[in-house]
Amino acid sequence: MSAPPRISDYAIIGDGRAAALISGRGSLDWLCLPRFDSPSVFGALLDPGKGGTFAIRPVGDFTAHRRYVGHTNVLETTFESANGALKLTDFMPVAGSAKRRQLWPEHEVLRRLEATAGEVEIEITCNPRPDYGLAGSDFRNRGALGFRFEHDGWVLMLRSDLPFDLKVEAGKVIGRGTLVPGARYWISLGFAAEEPAVLPMTGDVADERLRETLEWWEGWADRCAYEGPHLEWVVRSALALKLMSYSPSGAIVAAPTTSLPEQLGGSRNWDYRYCWLRDASFTTRALFDLGYHEEAESFLAWLLHATRLSWPELRVLYDVFGNSRLPERELTHLAGYAGSRPVRIGNGAHDQMQLDIYGEVVEAAFQYVQRGGELDRTAARMLVGLGKTVCRRWREPDSGIWESRSELQHYTASKVMCWIALDRLLRLHAAGHVRAPAADFEKARGELRTAIESRGYDESLGSYVSIFDSQEIDASLLLLGLHRYSDPDSPRMRGTCERIRERLGTDGLLYRSVPESDGLTGKEGAFGICSFWAIELRALQGDREGARAEFEHLLTFANDVGLFAEEIDTATGDALGNFPQAFTHIGLLTAARALTENSATPSMVQS
Amino acid sequence: MNLPSILLWGFVATVVLTGALSASQGMGLSRMSIPFMLGTMVTPNRGRAMAIGVLMHFFNGWIFATVYALAFESLGRATWWLGAAGGLVHGLFVLLTLMPVLPGFHPRMASEQHGPTPARLLQPPGFMALHYGRRTPIVTILAHIAYGAILGSFYQLAM
Repeated sequence: MSAPPRISDYAIIGDGRAAALISGRGSLDWLCLPRFDSPSVFGALLDPGKGGTFAIRPVGDFTAHRRYVGHTNVLETTFESANGALKLTDFMPVAGSAKRRQLWPEHEVLRRLEATAGEVEIEITCNPRPDYGLAGSDFRNRGALGFRFEHDGWVLMLRSDLPFDLKVEAGKVIGRGTLVPGARYWISLGFAAEEPAVLPMTGDVADERLRETLEWWEGWADRCAYEGPHLEWVVRSALALKLMSYSPSGAIVAAPTTSLPEQLGGSRNWDYRYCWLRDASFTTRALFDLGYHEEAESFLAWLLHATRLSWPELRVLYDVFGNSRLPERELTHLAGYAGSRPVRIGNGAHDQMQLDIYGEVVEAAFQYVQRGGELDRTAARMLVGLGKTVCRRWREPDSGIWESRSELQHYTASKVMCWIALDRLLRLHAAGHVRAPAADFEKARGELRTAIESRGYDESLGSYVSIFDSQEIDASLLLLGLHRYSDPDSPRMRGTCERIRERLGTDGLLYRSVPESDGLTGKEGAFGICSFWAIELRALQGDREGARAEFEHLLTFANDVGLFAEEIDTATGDALGNFPQAFTHIGLLTAARALTENSATPSMVQS
Repeated sequence: MNLPSILLWGFVATVVLTGALSASQGMGLSRMSIPFMLGTMVTPNRGRAMAIGVLMHFFNGWIFATVYALAFESLGRATWWLGAAGGLVHGLFVLLTLMPVLPGFHPRMASEQHGPTPARLLQPPGFMALHYGRRTPIVTILAHIAYGAILGSFYQLAM
């Protein structure tokens, strides 16, 4: 079996409810339908043999390069072979008002083929393997209506206007033929689970879908209010983030994939197709700062709505509709990406206790209010309830921001986020946005600061420490400065940054923690978001030039279309972990903003 | 005929019929959505089609309830099994007669023979609406039997 494509060989397309990963060789190897966390329909990413793929490529040897068309999520791959060149345009249609004028499939993947030079012989395979590869493909040729594959209540419809016939072989749709220059052809794959299918279209209708989709994405990207250097990177990150946003609820998934390994061949393989509260405040801030107020408000609404069922406690993660019961299980029938097993679905962190998320949710709401938002009575009561939970539980140990699977500890970052929760609630109370028991909150806030400054700081190291009364360091301590618990330029914060860079830094990148300190075996790569945090903090400390140089260095680890995974292999520079990763792109967005001139004024109110 | 009884129990029976079909969609048993199919005759906008379709569906529910009432009146009795038998015939009529001819008068439905056009994109139902899922016929018949049984049980004959 040939080596799988590198993780960074993939690019993403999507429609705001589901997302597909397409390799640089034209192979759609990952797509879960009807939503991000549904079972995969195409899953070759996790098992090339069983997972299922939808491949279009020239026959024989070729080279390929690709790009996104302008500021859109329409992917264009150009294949060059000895005989000619083929341009493949991939997208999942999105549109605004166009959907009111014409029926659209629930989900659709449109692929346009165009020979741009010479005659190009191509081969096509559409081999969906539903239920994470447990079910086989079973397409039937329905003549004028195209090819149909029905499984478990849903249906896939495939149609094309290619100049040669496609046929069904062993349930797969396959075809091989030659394209001549000048003509454009379409292959369209439609999905329906709820109602009678809307048939996928080719020809003029598909051309129109492409035009509308390009227009929609360009219009969305034009709303980006960012002005400053690295604009292309910022816009690409915003576009990637939008693809990971589930438009019906406003939730943002951490990544559209599961079990892409943090170490090739290793067991650190997790399902990220859920929504973590961990970076809620950074997400909200990034969206507001970019001018995407609608998305920020929608995310906050999801945040407050999703957490209502577990209120006044919070869970670590939720699905796109707020379900927090997401038990983890292993898919033993799948080989895993590059043999990295097990493949997991669900996430074992769902029942962990993490105190930091209280601060994240309150801070996100605080940002909303700072930008002129109004909290309704229910939201205000909810937030105060979270503050009361913090007062009651902050003395307990927790699993920490990195979801450690070893014993519970008193993590400094968790206590700091508890402090943030109470501090922001007291500010909201003072401004009349909530009615909080101020005396209780003030007392607990004071106790938290005393505990953090005495037990979370080590004089001999000259640094905050990740666990109370220890000498351990991890990258979560950067949050103390970023959230302005501590002045970024204070001696304590400067000392902490130095220790972090000493112990966790390598080639301009940061590990999140010392290897294997999280209760798991195996190595992991440098963490993209932590590396961006360090850059942001450096900029806030006034060393903007140094921060810019580091930022530009870090950008060299993105793939050819500007996407980041969760981690970076420090030996090879390759992407590791789930891909693309929303948090890494959020880190890029907040760091980029910190590098701009006007970020001299902190985007968050000083504590 | 007892018009208030038709209005009340026609409404209740349609609620149950619609609920049963919606539940079958939610459980992945069938993709047949009568409100969606009716609504898309009027508009291609999915959301609006569903809203309009539901109204049309309830209107149809009353029309069919009137037919049931006429049958009950002419037979001089209304019982659950008589209604259920009517529902069976009704369900078979929908599947065997109405569905196959639907592409002929639905302005947005593709035809089996000619495939879709830019204006006609909706998948046709096929024989017994099997294109909307293998269990569609059984779900449709059971839902219509429930519809008829409710009318047969609760319709009050006019004195």
